[in-house]
Amino acid sequence: MIDTEELKDIEKRREKWETTTLPRWLNRHPERRKEFHTTSGIPIKRLYLPEDMKNLDYVRELGFPGEFPFTRGVHATMYRGRLWTMRQFSGFGTAEQTNKRFKYLLKEGETGLSIAFDYPTIMGRDSDDPMSQGEVGICGVAISSLQDMEVLFNGIPLDKVTTSMTINGPAAMLLAMYVAIGDKQSVPRRMLGGTTQNDMLKEFFAQKLCIFPPKPSVKLATDIIEYCTEHLPKWNPVSISGYHIREAGSNAVQELAFTLADGIAYVESTLERGLKVDDFAPRLSFFFAAHNNFFEEVAKFRAARKLWAQIMKERFKAKNARSLWMRMHIQTSGCTLMARQPVNNVVRVALQSLAAVLGGTQSLHTNSFDEALALPSEEAVRIALRTQQIIAHESGVAETVDPLAGSYCIEALTAQMEEQAMEYINRIDDMGGVISAIEKGFFQKEIADSAYKYQQETDRKERVLVGVNEYTVKEDWVPLEILRIEPHVEEEQLVGLQELKEERNNKKVREVLDRLHEATARGENLMPPIIKAVKAYATLGEICNVLREIFGEYQELIVI
Amino acid sequence: MKSDRKIRVIVAKPGLDSHDRGAKIVARAFRDAGMEVIYTGLRQTPEQIVETALQEDVDVIGLSILSGAHMTLFPKIMELMKQKRLEDILVFAGGIIPDQDVPALRKIGIKRVFGPGTPTDELVKFVRKNTRRRK
Repeated sequence: MIDTEELKDIEKRREKWETTTLPRWLNRHPERRKEFHTTSGIPIKRLYLPEDMKNLDYVRELGFPGEFPFTRGVHATMYRGRLWTMRQFSGFGTAEQTNKRFKYLLKEGETGLSIAFDYPTIMGRDSDDPMSQGEVGICGVAISSLQDMEVLFNGIPLDKVTTSMTINGPAAMLLAMYVAIGDKQSVPRRMLGGTTQNDMLKEFFAQKLCIFPPKPSVKLATDIIEYCTEHLPKWNPVSISGYHIREAGSNAVQELAFTLADGIAYVESTLERGLKVDDFAPRLSFFFAAHNNFFEEVAKFRAARKLWAQIMKERFKAKNARSLWMRMHIQTSGCTLMARQPVNNVVRVALQSLAAVLGGTQSLHTNSFDEALALPSEEAVRIALRTQQIIAHESGVAETVDPLAGSYCIEALTAQMEEQAMEYINRIDDMGGVISAIEKGFFQKEIADSAYKYQQETDRKERVLVGVNEYTVKEDWVPLEILRIEPHVEEEQLVGLQELKEERNNKKVREVLDRLHEATARGENLMPPIIKAVKAYATLGEICNVLREIFGEYQELIVI
Repeated sequence: MKSDRKIRVIVAKPGLDSHDRGAKIVARAFRDAGMEVIYTGLRQTPEQIVETALQEDVDVIGLSILSGAHMTLFPKIMELMKQKRLEDILVFAGGIIPDQDVPALRKIGIKRVFGPGTPTDELVKFVRKNTRRRK
């Protein structure tokens, strides 16, 4: 990057500085801490210099945006052309309430939908399941059948929006419902755009919302990839997610490495189906967290793009440039939101979002400041969306591509993140891949250890959390207007479900469920029979129960 | 009962949510503080939690929930404890529990509700101070 003569001169001057100016200053002004580290334990140097980039081969490692290895971005002009998609994860109460919130957000300038489902839906259970009591519509919207989905998308044309669904175990069923809505609205399937999270692997060690054991779970995930490749070319069948890994307690390097390892596993499992890499790889998408440590986060996103491009090119021999693209969605980190002095969270979210944008994301969710207390109120979610709009339109950061490139610090950190993530990926390969590492409890242990370390550092005040372990005030529990889900939501939902079960053609329901049973036992791709089943108004729970009978249920491997 | 018996704690996760980061940290902190800890794993029904408390002869139950179903599930747990005559067990809770719900939870016998950001040593002190050794 810089010629050797000049580099030598700078090194000489650095040595001089270290024996003159620096010690003189340090004598009178000691540093705040002996050492500084990122959350992943990477030491942060006092000063980064040209010598920290001396091994950087610009063309090979950074290149140009829109070209291999995509470190500087997947698109040639990045946000000078189109801004990232502003996509707020939302859902609560009944489908009708969430439909209203969707329309509100679209009116306020949101550019894509993102559905939060309630826990019963996520666990493949109907609202009237005994385990669902007290949970219906609380943490997301309750969807027990196509009937609820119809209400959710009432007045929202599917050819005008893209929709992201945070759904994993029952991803096939919810995608089938979305396809059914599209069919009703006469939108051609090839036009349906959006994402199913459908990343089961991270469920087993991070998010832990599992229905079926690992192998049938990956089979079902691969069914979706296969089906979308053929029928839904604009759909992202999987969003390979580091977000939950990070939220469960991992550090940034672990988030990066474990996510890429999961990505490798999905590519391998789809190749085993006989698909060609360039037929499905362009639609694999990713999802990361934006945490507090600003430079480490920016470096993480840049390293992620570069590593994925290299993996796809070298390990899987992908030829299509789009197969090498890591397109990502980012969400600001929920676990960094503080319940104390909660308005401070607006600032945390702004900094994390800035890291996401400087990291080159394609899509962003900003958390609402009241989310350590409850689901977001309308006011809080509007501020969250405005935060993105201020970054996009007022700060100027979206006007040039990858503006932090060439920073000695950012480039050094990007290289270190890449190197450490590769070490993990090699270790996981040596263990026999992701599923075998899950069965050994490897990820679970790594994450639990990092989470505990983070907590201990906080308890010892080595990590300052403003308003929590420092700068506290006596009356810090601000009485906010928080969103509360009324008990009538559960009652209404149960009545609707009861009526559906009486009014639908139950003979037809039995037929489609029998057909699904047969297809499951034979190991067929389950998307077509599941679409038939949802269209006959078989409920989510009924469909999942057919699969439970054959696949069995996952029993958690507890690792503290 | 010998007086040098270690404090026995269950850290339990009722509800369908899977946010176990806090529960696991708390379990480890108690273990590091010399207590005997049983972590139940996710999605335990009230019946399972109370049954485990009985079988394991514990002094303390810590309930962790972030799903918002605490006002349905906690009263069930406390009712079952009463039925099994386990009222002398210390019960506390943590997670995402709005302030407004706390008085009602204290009324049914949940000694304290800890909010996010509580240092682990505060929990350890609380348990040591409030545990009555069971006979």
